[in-house]
Parts: sequence; C-alpha cells; structure tokens
Amino acid sequence: MTANGANRTNKKDPVLVVIQQSGGNDFLNTVIPFENGHYWDSRPTIRVERDNMVPFTDDLAFHGAATPFKSIFDAGDMAIIQGVGYENSSRSHFRGMDIWHTAEPNSVATEGWLGQVMRQLDPDKKNVLTGVSIGRGLPRAMAAPGVPVASIGDLDNYGLMTPVQKEEERNKDLDIFKRMYSPAFGSGVVMDYLGQTGRDSLTGADILKKAPEMYQSTVEYADNAIAKALRDVARIHLAGLGTRIFYTQHGGYDHHAQELPSHEKLLAELTGGITDFLADLREHDAADNVLILVFTEFGRRMRDNGSGTDHGSGGGAFLIGDNVNGGLYSEYPSIDPADWLNAEDMKHTIDFRSIYATILEQWIGVESQDIVRGQYEQIKPFVAA
Amino acid sequence: MTTLSESRGEVATGVALYAHLLRRAGFSASRAQVEEYAKRPYEEVVEELLNPQDQPEIDEDRLLRYYPHYGSIDNYNGAGAGRWYYRMINSERQLQEKIALFWHHVFATAWHKTEHSPTVIRQIEMFRQNGLGKFSDILLDLSRDPAMIHWLDNNQNHSYRINENFGRELMELFSMGIGAYSEHDIKEAARAFTGWTFRQPMPLYPYGHWDASYEYDPNDHDDGEKTFLGQTGNFNGQDVIDIIVDQESAARFISRHLYNFFVADESQVPAWSIEPPQDPEAIDIMVNAYFESGAEIRSVLRAMFNSDFFKRAAYKRVKSPVEFVTGVIKLSGEYTEPDPGLADLVSASTAMGQELLNPATVEGWHTGKEWIDGGTLNERVNFAVEHLQKVDAPGVLAIVDRLAALGRSLSPEEFLDECLDLVGPLPVSDETRGSLLEFANTLGDVNYASDRDESLANVTHMLRLIVAAPEYQFG
Repeated sequence: MTANGANRTNKKDPVLVVIQQSGGNDFLNTVIPFENGHYWDSRPTIRVERDNMVPFTDDLAFHGAATPFKSIFDAGDMAIIQGVGYENSSRSHFRGMDIWHTAEPNSVATEGWLGQVMRQLDPDKKNVLTGVSIGRGLPRAMAAPGVPVASIGDLDNYGLMTPVQKEEERNKDLDIFKRMYSPAFGSGVVMDYLGQTGRDSLTGADILKKAPEMYQSTVEYADNAIAKALRDVARIHLAGLGTRIFYTQHGGYDHHAQELPSHEKLLAELTGGITDFLADLREHDAADNVLILVFTEFGRRMRDNGSGTDHGSGGGAFLIGDNVNGGLYSEYPSIDPADWLNAEDMKHTIDFRSIYATILEQWIGVESQDIVRGQYEQIKPFVAA
Repeated sequence: MTTLSESRGEVATGVALYAHLLRRAGFSASRAQVEEYAKRPYEEVVEELLNPQDQPEIDEDRLLRYYPHYGSIDNYNGAGAGRWYYRMINSERQLQEKIALFWHHVFATAWHKTEHSPTVIRQIEMFRQNGLGKFSDILLDLSRDPAMIHWLDNNQNHSYRINENFGRELMELFSMGIGAYSEHDIKEAARAFTGWTFRQPMPLYPYGHWDASYEYDPNDHDDGEKTFLGQTGNFNGQDVIDIIVDQESAARFISRHLYNFFVADESQVPAWSIEPPQDPEAIDIMVNAYFESGAEIRSVLRAMFNSDFFKRAAYKRVKSPVEFVTGVIKLSGEYTEPDPGLADLVSASTAMGQELLNPATVEGWHTGKEWIDGGTLNERVNFAVEHLQKVDAPGVLAIVDRLAALGRSLSPEEFLDECLDLVGPLPVSDETRGSLLEFANTLGDVNYASDRDESLANVTHMLRLIVAAPEYQFG
C-alpha cells in the first residue's frame, strides 16, 4: 500500500475523529455472539438478554442500547474490527491507555501517535488547529514535543484575558502576554513548553472564534457530555479551519460492578451522539472526508464477577464514515474456554497497530512505520477511490 | 531582582524561603503572615506546621450557620469540595489540608461511581486525621474506607470468587508501584481482603444519603494459606499491609510521591518503574527517615522540609489547579468569610483539569507540565486575571496600602519590583520583566499615597499582568 491516502471520494483533506471509550469497554456485551453457548455460560449474571439485543448478522447482535449502530452498519458505513489487542495486554488503565496512545507496549514512550501524525501533516506548524482535543486535559495520543494542539473545554468562551472587559485594553494586555510568552522566555523544557502553549493558545483562540458564529444546523444533539463534544467537533469541522485530527473521550466504561445499567446508558449516549454527528455533517455536505475511530484500552474478562467484569483483553474497535466499506473485520476472538488466554481472557486476533497503520496509510496518507514502530498487516476497510 | 533561571538551584532565604515553605506545606499565606513567620527560626516553623493538631481547629460553625447547604452531606460538590476550599483557604492547620490533598492525589477516589457523597466527603476527613501518621495505619484505614471499598469493588471481592481490583491498585498505585510484585501476588492480596466490605444502614431511596460503615464478614473471608511477596501464612488484609510497608519499594514509591507533590515535578507515575528519580539523594534521605521512624509520614516530611534540596526547589513545580486557585484567592484576600460562592472555586479548578472528589480514574491526575495545555492555560490565566483585577479585593487593597505607606513617588521600575515582591516574591525572566516594565513606563512616576483611584487602577492592571505571566504558573 502506498502512502497516498487515496481512499476518499473527493479532494478534501481527510479528517480523523477519534473517540476514546475510557475504562475498558466490554466488547462481548456490545457486539454479542448470541448464538454461541459459551456466551451464556461465561456470563451468568452480566449478560444481555435476547429481548434487549438487535441482531445484525446471523450470529452477532448489538446491545439494544446501541441500536443506532445497527442503522449505520446496515447502511454499510461501519467496519467492526473484532478482537483488537496486543501481546501481553496490560490490565492497568494507566499502562493500557499509554500503550494505545503511544503505540509502544514495551517501554514508556512520550510521543503520542496522533501527535506524530500532526507533526507530519504540518511540519512547519502553519496551523495551530491541525489537532483539536475536545474536553478538559490533553490525551497523550495528541501530545508530541513542539506540536501545537488546541484543547477546548468550552468552545463558546474560548480565549485569553477574557475577564478584561474593555476590548482595547484587552488587546493591549494580549500584546504584553504574547511578549511574556515569547520564544526567548524559555529556559528549560517546561518553560519552553509553557511559552509555546501560551502563544499557540493566542493564535488558536483568534481563529476558533469563528466556529460558533458560523454554525447553523437542524440537528439537535442530546444533552450529555459525548453528544456535546461531538457537536463541538462538528462546529469546528464545519467552520473549515483545517483541523485534521479531532480527539474526544467518553468515560465510565470501567464496569467492575453494576455493569448492566451503566453500560446501557453509555452505549445509548455514544451511539446516539455519533448518529447525530453524522447527520449534522451530512446536512452540510461535510461527511465525505471524515472517518471516525472508536476504541477502548482493553476488553474485559470472559467470566463476569457477579456484578461486573474485571480488566481483560481482546476488545473491539469501530471505523465509521461514508468512505468505510462496512462489514466485519478480523475474527471474533474464540470465546470457547479451551481457547481463553490464561484461562480467563479472550485472545486478540488483530494487533491495534494494524488498525493504526491502516488509518495512517490508507486514510490520512502518511507513512506508518515510524509511528507504529514496525510493519503491521493492514486491513482494507475503505471503499475504493 | 533575580531572574527565574538564576533563582533555580539557589537555597532560598529570608521572606522568600518562608513564602516557599508556606506554599508547599500549605496553600500560601498573606504577605503579613509570611513576615510574621519569618521572624522565627525556620525549623521551629516547620515543626509547627508538622503538628497541625496543636493549632486551633477551623470554626466552620459560622459558615454552616449562614449557609446550611454546606453542611448537607449529600452534596459532594458544595458541601464536599466547596467546604474543603473554605478550609484550605482559612484553616490554621494548613498542612492538615495539604496532606489530605496529597492522599487524595495518591488514593484517587471519585464520586462518579458511587454517586454517594457522604463516603467521599468522609474519606477526606480520614486523611486529615491520619495523613501524617504511620503509613501502615493510613493503608489500613484506607482498606476499611467504604468509599474506597466501593470504588475498587472490594465489596464484590468474595471468598468464592475474588475481584482483584483493590488488590492490584493497592500495590500498583497506592504503595509500591508496578514491577514490585507479580500477578500472583495480586490474586493472593485479593484473597486476603475478601470479606472486607461495608454496610449501608438504610437504603438510599427514599431516605437519602446515610453514611456507610466498614464491616468485616468472617464468613466471606478466605482464611486459607497465601503466599504474598515471598511470605506464606493465613494472611488477612492487615498482614498484607504490614508486609507491604516493610518493602524498600514502598518506602521509595511513597517518598517519590511526596517529593513530586511537595518538592519538584517528577515524571508521571507510570514511568517510575523505568525512569530514576531526578534527585536520587533526596529520595534516599526520605527513605532513611521512613525506615527510622517506622514509616511515619510526618518524619519523612520533616526530613524533607529541612533539607537543602527542598529549600532549593522554589518555583520548581507547576501548581496544581487547586493550588493555583487557592493561591490566587489567598492573594486577592477573598473568601475569608462565609460565602455562598465557594462552588465557583470548585468549578474553576474543575475547568483547569482537577475536579476535587471526582478524579477521572483511580490513577489520579497527571501532574506537573501535564496540567498545562491549550485549554487549561486559558482557564488558569483567566481565573487569576478575574480575581486580581478586582478593585475591592482585600488583598489588592493591602498591596495598594503598602505602596502608599512608602509615602513617596515610585518610578515605573520601583513600582514593578514592589509588585513582584508582594506577589511572591516572584522571580521573573528578562522577557517578562521587560514586557511588564513597558507597561509600567506608560504610567510614569506615581505616588501611591496621593490619588486612590489612580493607584487602584495601576495596581490592579499590573497585578493582572503579573498573574498572567508564565512564571506565575509555578509555585
């Protein structure tokens, strides 16, 4: 595969929207192998009953709360990548996320995989909005030294020195701010970083002001955090600010206990939010260069613990968009106890770096080898150009 | 005035040293308080801070009389975090609140899972009471804490089917760090903690949030033989804790946490098994104090505060959002009286990436440089600017009064230096100083005893620029 990123139906720059399901989504209860007796045997308590699931193939069903995913799948816009993981999967949220964010399972890396992508897409840092994270705090995936990234908690009130009421005074203050955060200020790694962040923030805020002003839509998003975050992604994407990588998080998937009611609520929020987001982009004829990746740091244990499920391995990921060649990819991990890893876990069937490599080369159009640190077999989840 | 780079590595002295100590062992102090402390020997002040129980307990009655909602235990946000802010700002037992915040970082427990406020509020009170004591007592109390039991599912950890969540995090995040134990040790620790659960006196609905209490269920405890960290016996949870606190890895891990919180920013916790500490000698000093004192946190802190490595560490940490917010408020002098708006402070630090009583995960917050990104820097700068440009803020008025008391005209340079001194003293880079001076030059020579309105306007403008400076992000 050449790094041409040709799998798009138009000439617009490809955009990637990453949605992180934080805490370790229970893939087994999201995409359910309901015809397999081992499912019912392994999950005596924490299982989705037949009347609360929507079959979408002969032997797989979505959790009933994820019904919106069935429409997307049926329309051919969703690739479900089954059995995602890596060797010796970490059961620590901390390490698990670090590994996904840096594509480096064997040592602690500091550069995020998307941070490196942003550096390649915009080596001269011409656009401080090449990467945008929606939500408080910057995920490590987006972090790489010297790569600007905007982190937006509240798109509607974004900017520096905003408490200064008089516009003229504020502009003078911002001039002073700019000089205090000048490149010469740096006298150490943290200082350099702080100075750069301050300057980038100034530039980004000026540009981002446009997004809420320009936005109009008939789509009404639900009132929850992930829907709101996806609406912010839509507003920035539709403003045409050149953002190539968006990142947002949906928390709460760490279901050691009381899994059933909580998981149901999260899946409804997530799948509803994605549906609204797609509708919004399509209404503005702006969906055709957008790819959504939904991932989580690990799957959960095969057997439930009576109230929830413990950290496991072998999860799943979703690619969603108009250019996706919908269907099932890789294999559903065997849920036969004879095949379980350490007698308790699903064994992954595809390395997460294969998905990264696929997205990097076939969608974004950058070389993947340095970023994923090696060669990984790619899948073909996109419609031909 | 020293520059920022020059100030690093120097042993602080005089007012700067006491201000540094009070920022770290507490949440900073007014200039008048710092100057009072500076009249006394340093080690005597350290000793006073280390024994908060000898100081008067904060009088919360006034707060609760005016605003009873802060006393309602089913509101973690206002009654929990808001009231905590009141204490951090006003308690004379400053280290008691600071050590509670430290343990909240390490034993990060969140409201969002239980949605049960009384227990998460009470966990912080537990840290106030035991936080300076023996590490084994702290871990034992923690293992019996209903908020923690529920947070890490130990109530689901049964003799007939273990749930290893607490067993794992007890070692990985709370005491020794990754690499100091095996997966087998985790399972054995989980077995030792079977039967450690809590009791809820009344159902949540319709009675509301009644407190829960620890309960040991001997019938659900796995009493069999266990092999944990090389030792074998019919261990219960307490035995596991006793074995843990004797480990060198525990002494190093907790010393590094204390160093990271009180002295200077370390790398993020997950890197600790790979990256050595930046100052191994400092950690050695703390580890020695740990073993000599039978793992008493107060003794480790005493060794730390009195060491040169601590005195050299002024402005070597990026302030956490809670430290940033309390620092700004102590400088502006607000919230010294009961106030209905304490929840505003809670939402301010939440927007900066630190929601008190509700961290995102058990891993707690990433600290240091990772507090700062394109979004949180905006929040920090804007919060500081908002409070220091208030012409009626007591702290601002105190600064104007001090400038007026000089009784003479101040050149722009003198004005800038006085302001930087009263804010910290805050050392700044040449660039920052040059930029601020350019503004001061537009004011010309001013006698701050003459025109009150002009004085207020000049001071608030200078203060809002100083707190927007990059140097102010450090503490």
